[in-house]
Amino acid sequence: MNTKMKLFSYNSVDTSIHRLSGLTKLICFLLLTFAVMFSYDIRVILAVMIFSIAVLMLSQIRYSQIRLMIIYVFIFVLINAVISFFFSPEQGVKIYGTRHDIANLYGDYKLTWEQIFYQVTKFFKYLSVIPLGIIFLLTTNPSEFASSLNGIGVNYKAAFAVALTLRYFPDVQRDYRDISQAQQARGLELSHKAKFVDRFKNSLLIVIPLIFSSLDRVETISNAMDLRGFAKSETRTWYTSKKLTSADYTALVVSALIFVITICVSVFINHSRFYNPFI
Amino acid sequence: MDKQAIIEFQDFSFQYYSQSEPTLHNINLKIYRGEKILIIGPSGSGKSTLGHCLNGLIPFSYKGEITGSLKVNGLETKEQDIFKLSKMIGTVLQDADGQFVGLTVGEDIAFALENDNIPNAEMHERVKKVAQMVDMHTLLASSPFELSGGQKQRTSLAGVMIDDVDILLFDEPLANLDPATGKTAIEIIDDIHKNSHKTIIIIEHRLEDVLHKGIDRVIVINDGRIVADMNAHKLVSSTVLAENGIREPLYVTALKYAGVNVTSDTQPGHITTLQTELSKTALTTWYNAIQSDERKNDNPSILKMEHVSFSYDGVRPILDDINFDICEGEMVSIVGKNGAGKSTLSKLLCGFEKEDRGAILYKGENIRDKSIKERAKILGLVMQNPNQMISKPMIYDEIALGLRLRNVSEGQIAERVEKVLKVCGLSPFKSWPISALSYGQKKRVTIASILVLDPKIIILDEPTAGQDFRHYTEIMEFLVEINKLGVTIIMITHDMHLMLEYTPHAIVLAGGRKVADTAASIVLTDSRVIEEANLKETSLFRLAQMAGIEDGTQFVQGFIDYERRIKNR
Repeated sequence: MNTKMKLFSYNSVDTSIHRLSGLTKLICFLLLTFAVMFSYDIRVILAVMIFSIAVLMLSQIRYSQIRLMIIYVFIFVLINAVISFFFSPEQGVKIYGTRHDIANLYGDYKLTWEQIFYQVTKFFKYLSVIPLGIIFLLTTNPSEFASSLNGIGVNYKAAFAVALTLRYFPDVQRDYRDISQAQQARGLELSHKAKFVDRFKNSLLIVIPLIFSSLDRVETISNAMDLRGFAKSETRTWYTSKKLTSADYTALVVSALIFVITICVSVFINHSRFYNPFI
Repeated sequence: MDKQAIIEFQDFSFQYYSQSEPTLHNINLKIYRGEKILIIGPSGSGKSTLGHCLNGLIPFSYKGEITGSLKVNGLETKEQDIFKLSKMIGTVLQDADGQFVGLTVGEDIAFALENDNIPNAEMHERVKKVAQMVDMHTLLASSPFELSGGQKQRTSLAGVMIDDVDILLFDEPLANLDPATGKTAIEIIDDIHKNSHKTIIIIEHRLEDVLHKGIDRVIVINDGRIVADMNAHKLVSSTVLAENGIREPLYVTALKYAGVNVTSDTQPGHITTLQTELSKTALTTWYNAIQSDERKNDNPSILKMEHVSFSYDGVRPILDDINFDICEGEMVSIVGKNGAGKSTLSKLLCGFEKEDRGAILYKGENIRDKSIKERAKILGLVMQNPNQMISKPMIYDEIALGLRLRNVSEGQIAERVEKVLKVCGLSPFKSWPISALSYGQKKRVTIASILVLDPKIIILDEPTAGQDFRHYTEIMEFLVEINKLGVTIIMITHDMHLMLEYTPHAIVLAGGRKVADTAASIVLTDSRVIEEANLKETSLFRLAQMAGIEDGTQFVQGFIDYERRIKNR
């Protein structure tokens, strides 16, 4: 049966990145993401991007695994770029304080070097987060998510909810498929042949049984958890948590350095979050 | 045995706040350290409630009013909380899949330790040790999707044993397991009892299967009261079972049919302890008197599979060259362990998946190009859990749903629904909300909602799962009635009683191949098929052997026919 986790298809290869603890990877991911989100200096952003692509190669993730994700992100970023140009074509001018016109597009829309520079910076800013996210998701064993979240201070009950979602998501998916098939056999039309309103009404015929059969499941799970002492104390330990090794500390220090350097570049060199080549 | 009660109920009563009557009345019961106890009773008897009182789910999760006293290890449970109780009583719930909270076996076993803040290194060591006890140590990194039902149950067992509890409570351990795995489960429980001397309490309604291994005492509960507390030998030779709707072991039924007076002297509690010396002649005489009627179904073929193969990924075949032929008006069971391809088979029949090779013929015509909706006119599928099908609040609307989706006129709908309601014995409930129905009645509603579409064949997935003897009989006799109307019935099942008593024709799958396609009496006495398909030999066969009857299969068939004749009278 094809019920295996496909949401984050963790690829278990043994690389130095995989061996890092989930907690380390989560903290590094957050540090680097904050760094590129904070800075609008394209030099810094490109540096972080090259670094993260190198790490991506190191973790032996194949392009075929992430192709779909990358395509989606590209479409999203492109749409984002077009829309932000239409809504504020003067944003670059406002930020950099100069105006170098290239062309008059239509009515008030003028293309400026400042706008192009601003949008290119933003484009790479988004793109540089992608390899980081992919590395975290694809090299962290799902079992480690919860303990990592708990490790950075998320309440363990909330963190465990993540683990439970990963555990039961495929079950609910399977239920959904079974119910949907059984209802189709009773004559339910889910294809485009049906009118939109009918399709909405028809989907209720699947969702309602799904909710009721999931409620049965919830009762069992919560009983099982109660009976084995879940939530009896303020803290809990994790079977899957790994002890931090020297590799972990190295990764943490490197990420922290990148973070600090990014901040320093903004504060001491650019004197703002933006790098301004126009003055 | 030292006479020290580890569990003591004194005038104990319990009433759920949501109920108008108490569920347990004046329970007085002592269970001693190291005992192995079976608590048995029909559905709604209060046996599960009793279990919940022991493990603390009552009153922790299910609220209600308690009177009287319940002491575990000398401590009044009312004054404890569920966490303290869970250190004394470990509970293995019946849903092996639902109670699997970890993403892997190791995590699930460690769950209780994690909650106790045990350091990581110690945790790994203890998990390994306990996993070894239940033979799961090589699978610690496996996810629940890679495990069989029996392996999941063993994981749950390890998960409660890791706390070194004094008492192990098994809530319907046999539900959802195939016969061979169920047998193994009972053996594992017995091993743990012998090796660890823990107190064991099993809550079940399947008496014969639990009695595969020794039990110190059987406690029978009905209507919230203890109606019997005796050893297995006394119990099966008394009238208690019949009076309380519990199925007696099949071999005992056979002895009674043969006119043998079953007394506790013959040690009839387990087939292995039964003394057959006195009953040999009676059994042989009876066997010679019952003749199996040669009923050959010579109706034309209604459903046929020819060389059907199917695979989800194109690599691993789920079904491999399946051939069978089902005649009009037959009742057929499809059996085999989990993952043998049973549900895939029904998906192919309904058109949810398409066969890679081979053909499915309905009355000789290939139905490959028929859509799901078109096949529904031929074939209806009833899912195992009625909650997975019911999507309307009112009975009438639920049954009418399929017709409304087909744009049948309301006038015609009314007529057809009325007719089906009558057939299914649901007429008095016509305007009831579904939520007011019992599980068995809901099951009927789902069958009715398929029947109304007038299919020629109905496929039922585990029609009797989780049902006690009375409800089992009700559902099955209802299906027999429908079958008499000319509907062909195919059942996917683990239940060997069902197979034996109701389906003259059984198709057995194992590893995607068909390993048998013959009479149920032959399947359940053929050791090769039994082993391949994770079935269990029927105790009738063993009885025949013990009585020195040569053709055990014929004896089993004779028993089935005899029983059918009595029921039809």
